[in-house]
Amino acid sequence: MTWLAGRVGQAIITAVVAVILAFFVMRAAPGDPLARLGDEHPLSPRQMETLRARYGLDQPLTTQFTSFLSGAVRGDFGTSIEYGRPVTGLIIQRLPASLLLGGTVLLITFALGSWLGALQAVRSGGRTEQAIGVLSLAAYATPSFWLGLVLAWLVGIVWRVLPAAGMHDPLLPSDATFGTRAVDVLRHLILPAVTLAAVNIGATMRHQRSAMLHALREPYVQAARARGLTEPRVRWHHAFRNALFPVVTLFGLWLPLVVAGSVFVEKVFAWPGLGALAADAVSARDYPLLMGITVLVSLMVVGGALVADAAYALLDPRVRRA
Amino acid sequence: MALGAIVLFGLLAPLALPDPSAQPDIISGALLAPSALHPFGTDQLSRDVLARVASGARVSLAVAAVAVALSMTLGALVGLIAGYVGGAVDAVLMRAVDGAMAVPRLFVLLLLVAAWEQMPLVALMVMIGATGWLGTSRLVRAEVLRLKETDFVRGAEALGARAGRVMFRHLLPNTMGPLLVAATLGVGDVILLEAGLSFLGMGVRPPTPSWGGMILDGKDVLTAAPWVSIFPGLAIIATVLAVNLFGDALRAATDPRET
Amino acid sequence: MSALLEVHDLRVSFPDRVAGRIHPVDGVSFDIERGKTLALVGESGCGKSLTSLALLRLVPPPGRIDGGSAVSLDGTDVLALKGDALRQVRGRRIAMIFQDPMTSLNPVFRIGDQITEVIHAHFDVSRQDARAQAVALLQEVGIPDPAERLRAYPHQLSGGMRQRVMIAIALAGQPELLIADEPTTALDVTVQAQILELLDHLRQSRGMAMLLITHDLGIVAGRADHVAVMYAGQIIESAPTAQLFEHPSHPYTVGLFGSVPRLTGPVERLTPIAGTVPPPNAWPEGCRFRPRCPIKHPKSATMPPLLAVGPGHAMRCWLAEDER
Repeated sequence: MTWLAGRVGQAIITAVVAVILAFFVMRAAPGDPLARLGDEHPLSPRQMETLRARYGLDQPLTTQFTSFLSGAVRGDFGTSIEYGRPVTGLIIQRLPASLLLGGTVLLITFALGSWLGALQAVRSGGRTEQAIGVLSLAAYATPSFWLGLVLAWLVGIVWRVLPAAGMHDPLLPSDATFGTRAVDVLRHLILPAVTLAAVNIGATMRHQRSAMLHALREPYVQAARARGLTEPRVRWHHAFRNALFPVVTLFGLWLPLVVAGSVFVEKVFAWPGLGALAADAVSARDYPLLMGITVLVSLMVVGGALVADAAYALLDPRVRRA
Repeated sequence: MALGAIVLFGLLAPLALPDPSAQPDIISGALLAPSALHPFGTDQLSRDVLARVASGARVSLAVAAVAVALSMTLGALVGLIAGYVGGAVDAVLMRAVDGAMAVPRLFVLLLLVAAWEQMPLVALMVMIGATGWLGTSRLVRAEVLRLKETDFVRGAEALGARAGRVMFRHLLPNTMGPLLVAATLGVGDVILLEAGLSFLGMGVRPPTPSWGGMILDGKDVLTAAPWVSIFPGLAIIATVLAVNLFGDALRAATDPRET
Repeated sequence: MSALLEVHDLRVSFPDRVAGRIHPVDGVSFDIERGKTLALVGESGCGKSLTSLALLRLVPPPGRIDGGSAVSLDGTDVLALKGDALRQVRGRRIAMIFQDPMTSLNPVFRIGDQITEVIHAHFDVSRQDARAQAVALLQEVGIPDPAERLRAYPHQLSGGMRQRVMIAIALAGQPELLIADEPTTALDVTVQAQILELLDHLRQSRGMAMLLITHDLGIVAGRADHVAVMYAGQIIESAPTAQLFEHPSHPYTVGLFGSVPRLTGPVERLTPIAGTVPPPNAWPEGCRFRPRCPIKHPKSATMPPLLAVGPGHAMRCWLAEDER
């Protein structure tokens, strides 16, 4: 257990470093954070002064930093410039949608990716493997926003099979049952999830393929064959099970990355998650909001890595502390 | 695999070369469907999409080249120092790298572009490059650690090589293999990143053509004229795929351990 | 009565960048009688493990068993079997235990499951019956507390115990022939003796034949009925055990024993045999032992066939001719 404590300690340090870096990156860039605010309604110098004071931008950098940190620790990331509401509240409001999308994408990527990756390993050197490999590389090379646009256009507009934007049907009657609502959300979920999954599946496949190739070469695979077990059983029961588990432990790592990658997809599909929020925050130059989201995602990355390590230790019967 | 890369490069090369019709504005008609005259159609400002895609190629590749060069240089530097000097320096550097890696590259770039009003192209290149060296530094450091114990390094040290400087002459060339592979694969990532930023309106700014920007433009006329968005996207796929296939082939050629 | 296993002119080849194709197993022939033990002895690299793998058609690709080879199990042509028929032999009629029990057992499954898996693969029994059989097997191989042990994972057992489990798994199919490939090499000396005793006992109680593969002549004495010595892909001497120990004839065998050969001709005293086993792509023409042989018979530029030395005793050396 001391090992776990050590890892947690490391994770905390990493998180702190990340947050500090994020803060300085943002402040280091030239440009006035409030410059854009004057676009919609011209602001008098006096009004700018007031705003500047409100956002603490008239303070020296170190003061800004300490107040930011102290706020961050309490979960307070200030007020959004664009929405005028507390950043934390905005984030919490949008988080579920992102988790839904991210979770679904992870599920698809993992289920499909591990199967395809293992298949590649089993058919190693054959045309199947190469074909799958090239396809996954092509998918990786595809910009997610472009794929989203194309799918939205084809499936949503030309063929009219699935909705192309948003998470809910605005025309749904307010007394619709939970089941109807759920189905509605699911229908809206399909396109963005497929888009994001397509672009990300390559990485999972790669890991699975290499883990499976490794497992197939282990002595116990040959020993299993020598006992007269069928080839599918040898491959999918014995080898796959061993190959699966380094990939499963990566789950913790993937979720935050998927959330990060969803910025474009959420924007294209108007999916009300953190990604779209971040994209809008960028256009609106809403620093507090952007910082809040960045800090959250960074923490998720660090947390995810920790979970992955812990999962590895817990799941491997060899490493399990008796 | 290598064959595929070569084929794709062959397809792309003519696009990337300086296009004689450097002026992408041909006033013949807006939103024309692809035809013999305009193989990729025209956009809402009557510009030939094919020509713009070609110009966009130059921009994207230029951004990628500069950014990757910067990333590789920074990464190699940090990796060499951390790996060779070791000790506290290594510990501090790697902790910093770990922390920095926790913040997704995209978000760092978002923060930067949000702060900078009118970011000039050069600044964009530098920004992208400055955010991409973390992984490379780890890579180089690992190589340096591996090579540190080899005979030829020990030999050079025994001959009294000047503190570290000459080491960079010895160690650095040997890390070139993995570095080159990382660089090639990095180009693909940068192209995708830059396209994404441009799509958000935050990367390469109009009127400079960029693939991401073109896709953004095409978004408004998607139902009427899908080709405006489709072709730049295909160009991205083809380029990144070619680059990645090439990088894979390169990796297979230089790393006998990989199966 | 014909032998249980008849191997004739077994040849295994692999593609080689330099030589085109190499033959790490090059024309091996032997018989194993029911209930008897044949020991296949040789240094590492001589092809003995590959021979055993070939018997179960487990030669790893890109290797293959060459045409002209014949492996017959009680009349069945093993080399012609496919699919289900082959699986009926593997584990069921011929079972194999491997050198390193740690890596030959799947680390993520309990040993009980690994045993019952084999039982279910070959017999149509209920889960309870299979479990009961597994317990009986563990008991038979001398594992204390067998019912408890079913739930253990491989890494929770000691090396000797793991090897016993391997044996139990091998016995689960009730095989007629057990191939033991270096069964004790990875174990402590004290445990080695126990395992060998166990194998002996099991062989007798079950009437199994056994092919014992080893590089250690020491474990062969008193345990094998026949011995075949392999070198560079060929059998270079074979004899009933007692015969071999009393009259080792091939210079290589003699070298293995480290004793003075009782053949004509001036020889130096041998202790370790000079040189190393040549790899398959560097075998000399003619007698493959020639470069290391202290005698170097004038005819050895030509490959010697197996020549009789005594009753049931043959060797691949021109010296056999001189004897007569």
